[in-house]
Amino acid sequence: MPKYVRPATRAEALAALAEGGAAARPLVGGTDLLVGLRHHTVEPDVLVDLKGVTDLPEPIVVTDDAVRIGATYTLGELVAHPVVQESYPALVEAALTVGSVAIRNRASLIANSCNASPAADTAPPLLVHGASVTIASADGDRTATLDEFFLGPRRTLCGPGELVVRLDLPRPAAGSGSAFRRLTRRRGVDLATVSVAALVDADGAIVLGMGAVGPRPLLTRTGPVDLADDAALDAALDELLAPATPISDVRGSREYRLAMLRVLAKRAVLAAADRRTPEEMAS
Amino acid sequence: MTTVPTEDLQTVTLTVNGSERTVAVPPHRTLLDGLRDEVGLPGTKSCCAEGECGACTVLLDGKAVNSCLVLCVEAEGHEVTTVEGLSDGGLTDLQEEFLNAGAVQCGFCIPGQVVSAEYLLRTNPSPSEPEIREALSGNLCRCAGYQRIVRAVQATAARRNGQ
Repeated sequence: MPKYVRPATRAEALAALAEGGAAARPLVGGTDLLVGLRHHTVEPDVLVDLKGVTDLPEPIVVTDDAVRIGATYTLGELVAHPVVQESYPALVEAALTVGSVAIRNRASLIANSCNASPAADTAPPLLVHGASVTIASADGDRTATLDEFFLGPRRTLCGPGELVVRLDLPRPAAGSGSAFRRLTRRRGVDLATVSVAALVDADGAIVLGMGAVGPRPLLTRTGPVDLADDAALDAALDELLAPATPISDVRGSREYRLAMLRVLAKRAVLAAADRRTPEEMAS
Repeated sequence: MTTVPTEDLQTVTLTVNGSERTVAVPPHRTLLDGLRDEVGLPGTKSCCAEGECGACTVLLDGKAVNSCLVLCVEAEGHEVTTVEGLSDGGLTDLQEEFLNAGAVQCGFCIPGQVVSAEYLLRTNPSPSEPEIREALSGNLCRCAGYQRIVRAVQATAARRNGQ
């Protein structure tokens, strides 16, 4: 079992992570990590607990342009935040599907992305909302879009000795709407068989985020679509869904996933479109 | 910076049910283990040990969490309430309503159900039935007594709201 380190400052945390290298893991909520330790699917030498670090970015900062979220911000706090509820409904819908109330009280939003599970529930909505991350190391900070951040299953841009300290979500454009849909074998406490987040802007342009249909969460987009024209929407979905390459596993076959992806994507797009705020009301 | 080597015991001081307690645990031991084996409070049940069943639910700084997914060393300086700490002795109104509704069958999941339900009622004093079911969805009952558990929570909410 690993040793446990509780740094008091960001510099100490980064030093502990750098010293541990690939054998060190940051610990925030621990809702995945402790299960992994129990099953020996992760075997770090050092756990670096970030919850006592006093100089990490604030848990949440709301500005006119963006919402900035810190490493220790939990999914429970996220789903209860009025600005998040108003501006990022797809993200709230997705976060509410993660585990249970007790899991969400502990699990951190940023760690959900850092796990880089292809089925991570919060990844599709974060992608469609244009999330970016700030990665800190002893050499300084760098930023990347979340789309750049996901490299593959359990692989991200965040390397040994590095730490994602902040996630930035731009405020959605006036007149846009978002929605999340997912399919699971049972409604509560299960991983997604397929998940989709859609963002539709005032002109009908669609951004789609997809989970569990490829080695990493996928992001696609298309120009304005006449959503009242069913054939036009179907044609747009052909293009938007083309990068999906699901596997067959215990949760569903490749063919089933592709069929359900189309159903869920259409539902998500239409639900997102229905949520659009008229621009004259938004301004 | 606090560092606990793998094999060493770490002294952890936490507040459990209003009393300060100090335990010595290796860093990989969970809060669940610490509460049951070191503090001596067996009301918190050990079952799946991976956050699936909710039998080990406690309040950590007032929030419901799975104590099997928290390291005991992480609880240093924090406040824990177990099912034993929900009342000063005797039964709480919620526990009485569990009995009135016949919600207790084998009883194993009940401490976790009670803690989760108490957390719900503290954060949402008038929950709808779907909200109750959602709030308790992380607590599995192998006797499948869910209907009566929901009724017990509804009765407690009504009682606390003076209805």
